[in-house]
Amino acid sequence: MTRLAVPKTYKLYIGGKFPRSESGRVYEVVSKRGDFIANAAKASRKDARDAVVAARAAISGWAGSTAYNRGQVLYRIAELLEGRRAQFIDEIVQSEGLNAAAASAQVNEAIDRWVWYAGWADKYVQVAGNANPVAGPYFNISVPEPTGVVAIVAPQGAGSLVGFVSAIAPALVAGNTVVVIANETMPLSAISLSEVLATSDVPGGVVNVLTGSPAEIAPWLAGHADVNALDLVGAGALDWVDLQIIAADTLKRVFPPENGPDAATPSLDRITGFTETKTVWHTKALI
Amino acid sequence: MSFLEYAPAPESQAILNLRSDYGLFIDGEFTAGRGAPFQTISPATEKQIAMISNANEADVDAAVAAARRAYDGSWSRLSGSDRGKYLFRIARLVQERARELAVAESLDNGKPIKESRDVDVPLVAAWFFYYAGWADKLDHAGLGPGPASLGVAAQVIPWNFPLLMLAWKIAPALAAGNTVVLKPAETTPLTALLFAEIVQQADLPPGVVNIITGAGDTGQALVNHPDVNKVAFTGSTSVGRAIARSVAGTDKKVTLELGGKAANIVFDDAPIDQAIEGIVNGIFFNQGHVCCAGSRLLVQESIHDDVVDRLKERLSTLRLGDPLDKNTDIGAINSAEQLARIRELSDIGENEGAERWTAECAIPEDGFWFAPTIFTNVSTSHRIARDEIFGPVLSVLTFRTPAEAIAKANNTPYGLSAGIWSDKGSRILAVADKLRAGVIWANTFNRFDPASPFGGYKESGYGREGGRQGLAAYLKPGNRPGQRSVAAPAAKPQASVTRAQSKSKPVARKKAAK
Repeated sequence: MTRLAVPKTYKLYIGGKFPRSESGRVYEVVSKRGDFIANAAKASRKDARDAVVAARAAISGWAGSTAYNRGQVLYRIAELLEGRRAQFIDEIVQSEGLNAAAASAQVNEAIDRWVWYAGWADKYVQVAGNANPVAGPYFNISVPEPTGVVAIVAPQGAGSLVGFVSAIAPALVAGNTVVVIANETMPLSAISLSEVLATSDVPGGVVNVLTGSPAEIAPWLAGHADVNALDLVGAGALDWVDLQIIAADTLKRVFPPENGPDAATPSLDRITGFTETKTVWHTKALI
Repeated sequence: MSFLEYAPAPESQAILNLRSDYGLFIDGEFTAGRGAPFQTISPATEKQIAMISNANEADVDAAVAAARRAYDGSWSRLSGSDRGKYLFRIARLVQERARELAVAESLDNGKPIKESRDVDVPLVAAWFFYYAGWADKLDHAGLGPGPASLGVAAQVIPWNFPLLMLAWKIAPALAAGNTVVLKPAETTPLTALLFAEIVQQADLPPGVVNIITGAGDTGQALVNHPDVNKVAFTGSTSVGRAIARSVAGTDKKVTLELGGKAANIVFDDAPIDQAIEGIVNGIFFNQGHVCCAGSRLLVQESIHDDVVDRLKERLSTLRLGDPLDKNTDIGAINSAEQLARIRELSDIGENEGAERWTAECAIPEDGFWFAPTIFTNVSTSHRIARDEIFGPVLSVLTFRTPAEAIAKANNTPYGLSAGIWSDKGSRILAVADKLRAGVIWANTFNRFDPASPFGGYKESGYGREGGRQGLAAYLKPGNRPGQRSVAAPAAKPQASVTRAQSKSKPVARKKAAK
């Protein structure tokens, strides 16, 4: 007698909790072969706004933590992901139709990128900041600080785990909090990664994951006055110029779409792109 | 005059050798614009200084084409060291003609000669001197080896620091290897046109620097020109928004320096005499026509009355009048339009219940003037605590705890600058960490230096001017091998590492709607 499997309910991840969409809406997630996998939550405008509230509330804690601490928390994500390799490989095989070896390679890369970014947490300030030799008796220093709440359209299509990780990790390194719209057709990796985040010392609200239609959700986030930056990395198939125009109303910092396997390639620019340079002057006594 | 009577000490205008009318500076030559010329006046007397050409779209085209030719034909092929030498020449020429530039600036803008002479023009020379030295050291700008220039830069600057803003824009652009088309503000084109003469004297290749004059539509045509690779704008947040919209979907790299509503926070242990001078400098420097002006005074409740009394006393000694007089502290408001805005917002402040105090001083008959004004009893919701007034008007609010000061300081969509006054270093550093602003002055205010990055958070814009960061705003990473996989062995041929390199062209770039 074969055992009857227990399928997982895939939900949103907002403020450290796993709610269904307040709208009650769902959409069908299917495997590469077209088989039904689950009914994922289809996030509404209210869900998106709740996520922004949670992200805003989480900033002072996350940005205010020490860089050393933030690096360790990000490294712990890699540790937990490593421990759940099998689950992620299964889901990638199922939704992307890859063989186990290719899925395994993707999980490896995702883990390694967390490790790479985790190491930047207490270094990027040294690389991107500097002391300034001003002509006068002043101490003067420039340091990068997190921009704030970053809304992200995660890469769509194949590479569902590595794309998602590559989009959110760099924003987190600097102390930003994120609201991320997951891969629409392949959201399993994003939701399962939320479960990793929820158990890996990442404070609730630092990462908020919305599943559903990027075309529907993205304009709400692009126009939200409490969102400081917009990463359109996975928005290539959307009317992304309009999103950029909406974002201009609140002068959001915007990353354009990227396509292909190189999308969101690990880089220091991805970290510093969502930081603000703060320059502090202080008088020196004349002695 | 309520204070000491001084004999007038006007700086002589004899040093000026102005023409009666000025053309556009395109491809190394002055040429007449095709739009209807307009006059530039002295805001202190309302008298005409000169007639100025007006660039229409065809002129903008010609200027951008000249900049493109110069970029392709000469400037991008020069060695960094030669570009640097041209910039050093410019720095020296500015120093040689410093007094003339200062007089012209005060005449056209209305700012006191002591400011144009001791702040604006020396900083202009310093800016060119600083970036001149960067031109052959771009590998160290923070973008990795062999960074590349962007191409043609479209630069639009405001009227509050006309020549200084020109220097902030042109010096880093040229050092990085770009060519420029710059449009000065409609009311203050004079020193930019004198600068064009300096460009000729420095023998820069034609077309490397182009200066076109005109109003908002000229600036719009320039920013939206399809052959422009970089847009740098300093001005209002509303125009900044329009620019951000218009460049959406293009490859243009953008720097925006927009408005501000800076908090100047005074704790009860502040060195009070210095703080009073700092508050005065913070908001009454340049008639308050400063985007980073300390227009919101946040003073700890226990010292509020003392600070306000001392401020009133100090403001009563400020001398308002002829910008060219060496004893003048407060010059003319730059335009009738700006004066109307300052008056309107001040009236709103009174109507909303704030208490208005204005220094007693004689106002000249002609010209545009506004006496230094303080509002007390201001609450955070008042228009005068939220809107950028861009004039000599200070709104005073109070706080009890550092946390309240921080919350009030950050309670604005702007985030350009802030000031902190306290004798306690640890408190200053802690408060500085929590202020959402790009420039923080501790126990000082309104300091500028070419080595020091300047620019805002939030709706005060993005990008930085000054320092290494200001140079990077005119560069892109060079071609270099990179890595797609963070764990890939180093020897393996790799894809590319930087975001700018690795990102493939978006599939459906389309021209923005507006």
